Amino acid sequence: MTSLLETEDETMLRDAARGFLADAAPVANLRANRDQGRPFDTALWREMAQMGWAGVLVPEAQGGADMGQRAAGILAEEMGRTLAASPFISSAVIAATTLRAAAGQHSADALAAIAQGDLLYAIALDEGRKHAPLNTTLAAEKSGNGFRLSGTKAFVADGGCADRVLVLARTAGGPGEAAGLTLFDIPADRAGLSKTARATVDSRDHAQMVFDGVEATGDEVLGTLDDGWALLSRGVQAGQAAVAAELLGVAGGAYGMTVGYLKERKQFDRTIGSFQALQHRAAHLWAEIEVTASAIANAGRVLDATPAEAGLAVSLAKARAAQTVDLAVREGVQMHGGIGMTDAYDIGFYMKRARVGTEWLGDYGYHAAQVAAARGF
Amino acid sequence: MPDTAALDAFRTEIADWITSACPPALRGRPISEDRIVWGGRKWQFQDDDQKTWMQAAIARGMTAPRWPVEYGGAGLSRAEEKIYREELERLQAPPPLESFGLWMLGPALLEFGTHAQKLAHLLPVTRGEIRWCQGYSEPGAGSDLANVQTRAEDMGDHWLVNGQKIWTSYADRADWIFALVRTDRDAPKHKGISFMLIDMNSPGVTTRPIQLISGKSPFCETFFDNVKVPKSYGEDNPSVVGQVNRGWDIAKYLLTHEREMIGGGARGLLGGRSLGQFLGDLDGALDNPVTRAEAMRIEVNALAFAMTMERYKDQAEAGRGVGNASAMLKYYGTELNKERYELLMSAAGSEAVEWDGPHGSLAPEWLRTKANSIEGGTSEVMLDIIAKRVLELPNS
Repeated sequence: MTSLLETEDETMLRDAARGFLADAAPVANLRANRDQGRPFDTALWREMAQMGWAGVLVPEAQGGADMGQRAAGILAEEMGRTLAASPFISSAVIAATTLRAAAGQHSADALAAIAQGDLLYAIALDEGRKHAPLNTTLAAEKSGNGFRLSGTKAFVADGGCADRVLVLARTAGGPGEAAGLTLFDIPADRAGLSKTARATVDSRDHAQMVFDGVEATGDEVLGTLDDGWALLSRGVQAGQAAVAAELLGVAGGAYGMTVGYLKERKQFDRTIGSFQALQHRAAHLWAEIEVTASAIANAGRVLDATPAEAGLAVSLAKARAAQTVDLAVREGVQMHGGIGMTDAYDIGFYMKRARVGTEWLGDYGYHAAQVAAARGF
Repeated sequence: MPDTAALDAFRTEIADWITSACPPALRGRPISEDRIVWGGRKWQFQDDDQKTWMQAAIARGMTAPRWPVEYGGAGLSRAEEKIYREELERLQAPPPLESFGLWMLGPALLEFGTHAQKLAHLLPVTRGEIRWCQGYSEPGAGSDLANVQTRAEDMGDHWLVNGQKIWTSYADRADWIFALVRTDRDAPKHKGISFMLIDMNSPGVTTRPIQLISGKSPFCETFFDNVKVPKSYGEDNPSVVGQVNRGWDIAKYLLTHEREMIGGGARGLLGGRSLGQFLGDLDGALDNPVTRAEAMRIEVNALAFAMTMERYKDQAEAGRGVGNASAMLKYYGTELNKERYELLMSAAGSEAVEWDGPHGSLAPEWLRTKANSIEGGTSEVMLDIIAKRVLELPNS
């Protein structure tokens, strides 16, 4: 097992990202997005792209920085720390990882555009209230030389702004089966595809997508017919690791705010951080964050070294992240007291993003079950 | 970066050695406290296989893999030692020798001792000839360890030691004790403590085992009644390690080791099986949704915690000390271990409540885990350390 310690390059990347985001994308940026009704700050995304973040997983031949999954996780974590809203995970992580695994000219062109920050993807995957990729029922029926897609995707992150959509559809088989799933890569403005924004608590871009006889050509099949999950699952795993990393950052941000508050708030003529009841809870939260940080680092390492065997590591990371961020935001609001309930104060934003991020691509229950299966339960 | 090819070759070599040197009868047995090889003058092997395995390990320095060869170790790197531990676990071979000398005295002497002290005391430890115990806690010095009252008076050529220690692990079976004693009663409590090495055969030393809720007596009370401790055991080999009155520095250093060790106790149990595999062998246990959910939660936490142990060790190895964060390892590992045993007891139901039932010593082990979060600093003290030293929250 390779070391989970950060390399010098990784520490430099983290420091640079943290410094940049603290200035350019504090929580005030998310608040402004919400108040102005925009899902993310396009100028901010352009700056991220210029720093190479959009191309973090894109090969150098396509103009990317090709820094690997651990580096992508570090970026996601730092974005989580300030709740920086961006299409990073959908486009730069999931779509990039999937397209890279798919190879071919279309993928190369798309990767080049992703790295520039010019092309945004959304992943149209889950159809029900919980993450269940194999239960995909959205139908892709043969039609001439191509296909017609019909069905509904319930919860598509970054779906409102996406230029293109990776949509998982069923061409054969039934619910629960990986065989018979086919992955399509189509423009988001294709006729018959309608998007309805979902006003989620985290003030970010989520949409319901309805496919009403949407036409797709045979060339728009990514990977192999009936075997699309083998391809998309690579991207989804990378996405799960990145969301887990983001949630670790959300937990760290909430923890930092909360400990800061404990050190300044006075009641009974004392700083409330001097109360042992609160000290022990804060110390326990720090311990949970430390342990989760190991699982996050491990997932990145395994994805870089042996991506075909990353299932356990990724699910461990997401399961831990879900539990830890939940604790962090609940303790955060409680320890802030009344002010924690106000919209004017930032801690509530952490709670809301934590809840949405926990659901995205599988919650604790989903991933704990994956860990159990991998560990012989 | 480590040389991967060399490490792969080392893995093959060490696995071959374990396979040939560790008698097959020792391998694949569930790891239990009863089967630990402790060594020392009062120690008797349970069978010849234990002796064969220990002697093979001694010959190769593998009872103390990381110690320098001149002090009886094998001089392995951290990466090699990690591979050795992984291969022991994979091949289900028990550690050839365990002792407080290896865990605690060694790290203290290697860091603070003179060359002569190391030669005199470490070689017999690596050979399983001398067994050490740790004399830290006292009736009035538990969580408040620096309040030790056992005093050592300077009598010129020797120290005169009087007082009482408590919770001295296996003192009745140990040959020597490393103890915290007060050598300056006028100094502030942290400044007047020395780290002293005392022969348990000295006149005036007596021990009395304490029976615990587990039915066992791993801990003793140890009494010092006018015990004469020579100032020196030979040239450049004083009985006090480091400077007189600076023993608290060594105690703190060792507590870090102890905390990592106790925290790490959550790993490697269940005879190398995962929790799920262990529970899977209990017919129907995992069909209960509550048991299953709890098992999944503990497995997730245990895997992530094991990674954290490795990360912290790597960090210490890289010269970026772990420091007070070791309190976290101790807190987290022991609480996790208690949860794990609660689950095992619940899953095994009525089969688990016999002292020696179908699951061996599960019941006494379960009771023993309750001490994990008390010994070496309670969970509450660990949380205090994290809150004050890591989070830098104000004093109450």
